Amino acid sequence: VKPVAASDALLVIVPAYNEEGAIAGVVRSVHESVPDVSVLVIDDGSVDETAVRARGAGAEVLALPHHLGLGGCVQAGYKLAYELGFAYVIRVDGDGQHDARDIPRVLEKLKTSGCEMVIGSRFLTPNAARTGFVRWLGICLFRLVLRPILGKPVRDPTSGFVGVNRRALQVFSRSFPLEYPEIETLVVLQRRRFRFEEVPCKMRARVAGRSSITALKSLYYITHVLLGVFVNILKFEGRLRRRAESGPEQGD
Amino acid sequence: MDRLLNVTTGLSVLLLILVLASLRRAHIRVEYSVSWLAAGVALLVLSRNKAFLEAMARTLGLVDAPLALLMIAGAVFLLMFFRFSVIISHLRDDNIALAQRVAILEYHLRSLQSGHGN
Repeated sequence: VKPVAASDALLVIVPAYNEEGAIAGVVRSVHESVPDVSVLVIDDGSVDETAVRARGAGAEVLALPHHLGLGGCVQAGYKLAYELGFAYVIRVDGDGQHDARDIPRVLEKLKTSGCEMVIGSRFLTPNAARTGFVRWLGICLFRLVLRPILGKPVRDPTSGFVGVNRRALQVFSRSFPLEYPEIETLVVLQRRRFRFEEVPCKMRARVAGRSSITALKSLYYITHVLLGVFVNILKFEGRLRRRAESGPEQGD
Repeated sequence: MDRLLNVTTGLSVLLLILVLASLRRAHIRVEYSVSWLAAGVALLVLSRNKAFLEAMARTLGLVDAPLALLMIAGAVFLLMFFRFSVIISHLRDDNIALAQRVAILEYHLRSLQSGHGN
């Protein structure tokens, strides 16, 4: 991955933690779907062969010195992409659940709609992906909570298949939720009057490894995310108030 | 009551000795020891000041003066735990930013080395 001058350069980032069983397949499928696009695997301090397998499959690897968690891992990729000048970044999970053939659809939507974020949604197609009962309940709850905050419905708020443009990249490289980032990022964007769209995407079963979110962790996940959403709202309202008091200022 | 106050006196002296010993061995940094030393001294002074505790208990509507001491000690330690949570949160944020920067710099270094190698 080299610094880019093109105004529409795309980077596909793949956060991965102990995904040696799936990562090579994910990288190869991305290369097959979008042949001329760079793939950056962000190795979140894996203790297995994730980085080696990713390099072997033709990806560049950003190796974090120790495990940071999903948010810190994704943000590292966003920071590097922003520094290198990429216009679009699409995130694909390293467990093989996302179908890389959907990447062109996400990119097309990013380019044509002009919105800052495009979510690959599992629930827009008639035979939508099945998910566990607890997780499905959580997703329904998040939809309900987010509807009035975002001002529009979001079908798949927990999707990790996300594309962003440079404006969002700038924001995320400075500030990004560190744990369970998917839902909080929607609020962060909305508070800045940025827009998002959803496009239908397929979701497959994991190729290897296990999900980090077990049924037992779901309750913690829901509480954590709800708290994060409300903290983001309060934080931003406070910032707006301070700005109004001190007059207009440049940048963020 | 006197026995309980003697126990808290002993505990606060123990806390002060522990903090000072840790400071001497550099197990704790000076800036983080100040809160513990202040808490130990406050506990020691309160447990030796029966009249103040009784006045405090009357103000708070408590039957026993030692309860006032326990309430004050509990409040002080809660505040300290909160302060340390704030410090740990800052450290974690700094740690994440630093780890990301190290990874990005290593990435650039690797790119430069492979560029020279070609």
